[in-house]
Amino acid sequence: MTWLPVIWAGVIAFAVLAYVLLDGFDLGVGILFAAERREEDRDVMVNSVVPVWDGNETWLVLGGGGLFAVFPLAYAVIMPALYPAIIAMLLSLVFRGVGFEFRFSAATTRGRIWWDRAICVGSALAAFCQGLILGGLLEGIRVQDRVYAGGWWDWLTPFTLLCGAALVIGYALQGACWLVWRCEGALQLRARQQARVLAVTTLVLIVVVSLWTPLLHPRFSERWFTWPNIALTSPVPILVALVGWLLWRGLSRGHHATPLLCAQAWFVLCYAGLGISLWPLIVPPDITIWDAAAPPASQRFLLIGALILVPIILAYTGFAYWVFRGKVRPGMHTY
Amino acid sequence: MPSAAAVLLARAQFALTVGFHIVLPAFSIGLASYLAVLEVLWLLTGRQVYRDVYQYWLKAFAITFGMGVVSGVVMSYEFGTNWARFADKAGPVVGPLMGYEVLTAFFLEAGFLGIMLFGRERVSRGIYCFATLIVAGGTLFSAFWILAVNSWMQTPQGYAVTPDGRFEPVDWWLVIFNPSFPYRLVHMVIASFLSVAFVVGAVGAWHMRRDLQNQAARLMFSMAMWMAVVVAPLQLLAGDQHGLNTLEYQPAKVAALEGDWESRPGQPLILFGMPNMDAERTDWAVEIPHLGALVLTHTWNGAIKGLKDFPPQDRPYSPVVFWAFRIMVGLGLLMAAVGVWAAWLRVRNRLYTSVWLRRAVLLLAPSGFIALLAGWTVTEVGRQPFTVYGLLRTSDSASPIDTPGVAASLAAFVVVYAIVFGAGFFFLFRVLRRPPTIGEPGPPSGVPVRSAGITPAPALRRQP
Ligand code: HDD
Ligand code: HEM
Ligand code: HEM
Repeated sequence: MTWLPVIWAGVIAFAVLAYVLLDGFDLGVGILFAAERREEDRDVMVNSVVPVWDGNETWLVLGGGGLFAVFPLAYAVIMPALYPAIIAMLLSLVFRGVGFEFRFSAATTRGRIWWDRAICVGSALAAFCQGLILGGLLEGIRVQDRVYAGGWWDWLTPFTLLCGAALVIGYALQGACWLVWRCEGALQLRARQQARVLAVTTLVLIVVVSLWTPLLHPRFSERWFTWPNIALTSPVPILVALVGWLLWRGLSRGHHATPLLCAQAWFVLCYAGLGISLWPLIVPPDITIWDAAAPPASQRFLLIGALILVPIILAYTGFAYWVFRGKVRPGMHTY
Repeated sequence: MPSAAAVLLARAQFALTVGFHIVLPAFSIGLASYLAVLEVLWLLTGRQVYRDVYQYWLKAFAITFGMGVVSGVVMSYEFGTNWARFADKAGPVVGPLMGYEVLTAFFLEAGFLGIMLFGRERVSRGIYCFATLIVAGGTLFSAFWILAVNSWMQTPQGYAVTPDGRFEPVDWWLVIFNPSFPYRLVHMVIASFLSVAFVVGAVGAWHMRRDLQNQAARLMFSMAMWMAVVVAPLQLLAGDQHGLNTLEYQPAKVAALEGDWESRPGQPLILFGMPNMDAERTDWAVEIPHLGALVLTHTWNGAIKGLKDFPPQDRPYSPVVFWAFRIMVGLGLLMAAVGVWAAWLRVRNRLYTSVWLRRAVLLLAPSGFIALLAGWTVTEVGRQPFTVYGLLRTSDSASPIDTPGVAASLAAFVVVYAIVFGAGFFFLFRVLRRPPTIGEPGPPSGVPVRSAGITPAPALRRQP
């Protein structure tokens, strides 16, 4: 047992969480395109995320790159095991990303609508695939001689499909809450209504996924339901309920920023729940973070950089968000 | 074990995705530096034309940068999806370098790109200029780290191998500054600058055709021609040095790119021909005696190794390497020639009026990018049949994904890339077809810097 992989598990978990919180809302905004007909409002929606989406997506690259560098075995078995879901996610992100730039370049309204569809479908599919990946990982990956040993369709099960749906709805909730914060007028009003529906659906899905997960492996249920663990794990569902109440109140009372904060808190709590189930596994059912870790020399070398640079990155990312603060209105953000 | 066909498809997929990815970042590397130069010149001189050209190219930059990012995200997962065994074995060495690329380059670019594209009226001039410099620097950091990775795969050092065949870093300094890295970095960065210079020059030439007095077009043309005369010859020098380095560390690659089968004193230089892998000779060879020895050993009677000095299973596929090399060098010589020609016309005060120079520059518009792709083909195909040169074979690097899976994903990539990047290049052309104008549209500069972000910016629709 050494502490380096533990720190690294924390850093990578942080990167993935940052990704889910940040890209979550911009994928959500993309998903909500499905329900938005007015071109002017779509412009506002895109403009609210376009200065920051690239930075948000970079956390995904840090998560994957970090895995490659520090837990190469995990990277090398997860990617082939979830091959179709990963490829589909990457291609969806391609559509989503270029859609943001191209919709401005399209000369006609007709052309723009096509890129809007690309953003919408790309965002929804990317979110869905991320859910599949999460579900597939939780269910466990068959490995032999450090190589993936399962079949083509192992990742396709009712549980993974449910996780996919949950992530789509959850991101859409984040997106709606983001719009509540960054927009005004009719658009904000609609986002508020959408957020109520999405919040209820998200909560239901959280409950179902949370009850299902412990059933996947005995060690998961042991972690959650045996004494004394239960004393430590029970705050998670209690906090989920509390945050849900705050979220509802924020939406009803017309708060601007609370709904987004609460939606993100939900994600943080679910994420903590995942951590509780998995720890210290990185690839269930049996690869731990120590099994998967790269040699200490690799971990140490990158850790120095991560510890110095991640705070700096957070600082200037914060600065970029600060520069683009305030309500977004039609006609802003052109170059 | 994946079949040989699956490995071949995975290689094709890698070549396709990295081929797109390298062209777009090369555009970003070159253009970001060009934009930074323009912005600094504008701040220093206050001349409107610098600002105009900046705004003009900023639109193109936004399009190519977006495409560069999404194609890069694909790359960072492809090592796991298609090259899982490579990832497991070499991840401890190359992974941290890519990790540093994310930490030092990608976040930097992403964080300040938003300000560069949309923040002109939201931050002070100084911060805006700083943001453009940071984005340019970020693209160069990217090149630094990823080329360290690639160069380590070409000329590995500073590692140990575990009993089960995995690489472990021993000395990071040696890993990063491996023998081919400095050469590759210099050659690649110059290549990006040159590629963009010729595109900028061609766009200038195109708009001068309509209106010879368009100041912005003249500026583009003139700046590009300075680059051509100064940097293209430097590139020939850098390429020559790079080749000597390759001769030292990867002699089989040099034999393949020269099409030499035998080692003989006073090695001739084969200008053209068709290497024949089965018959072990180069058919229809047109040779210049002793020139090969002169170029590669800098002596009259020197000899270099031929392909026959390597066992057949260790030979790269020479026809591709041979011809890719000739395309690259041929274009490099053409660019340098155009640079010298333009300098001569400039001295005689005819730089802007020579129709033939303009035509030549228009014709060479894509030359940099073609040379770049050709150069990478030399490098990568010449490294075969290894992924880590001499140590890890390509066939031992692939994922346990068999032919149908790799074929399906390859087909998906081909379709999606064709649509997405096809549209991207179409938009790029459309942006560049419009002549640059005085007071090039962009965020109006007269608006006061917003302090609280609540004053609406003037509604400003993008020009089609
Ligand atoms: C504008 C692009 C461009 C131009 C004009 C040239 N090159 Fe190049 N060349 C590249 C762009 C490039 C590249 C794409 O950037 C490569 C691929 C990998 C690398 O480091 O640089 C490359 C690789 C590369 C290699 C392979 C090195 C290796 O894999 O070990 C050699 C030997 C040369 N070049 C030599 C030359 C010579 C002698 C040139 C002059 C006539 C030349 N290049 C012009
Ligand atoms: C196979 C190897 C490569 C991988 C895995 C890779 C990965 C990536 C990723 C993930 C991004 C997106 C970063 C973001 O989110 O902002 C990116 C962008 C970039 N890459 Fe690569 N890359 C590779 C090869 C290269 C090479 C060879 C170069 C240049 C020499 C390069 C230069 C850049 C630059 C300058 C960017 C910034 C985006 C842009 O300019 O369009 N990359 N790369
Ligand atoms: C950026 C410009 C690059 C281009 C145009 C390029 C091109 C290619 C090509 C054509 C192949 C297929 C080789 C064959 O069919 O024989 C290939 C394979 C490969 N390249 Fe590169 N490459 C580039 C950069 C990189 C970088 C930066 C890396 C590493 C970080 C890299 C790693 C690989 C790997 C792992 C393979 C697969 C194994 C193989 O077939 O060699 N490449 N690349």
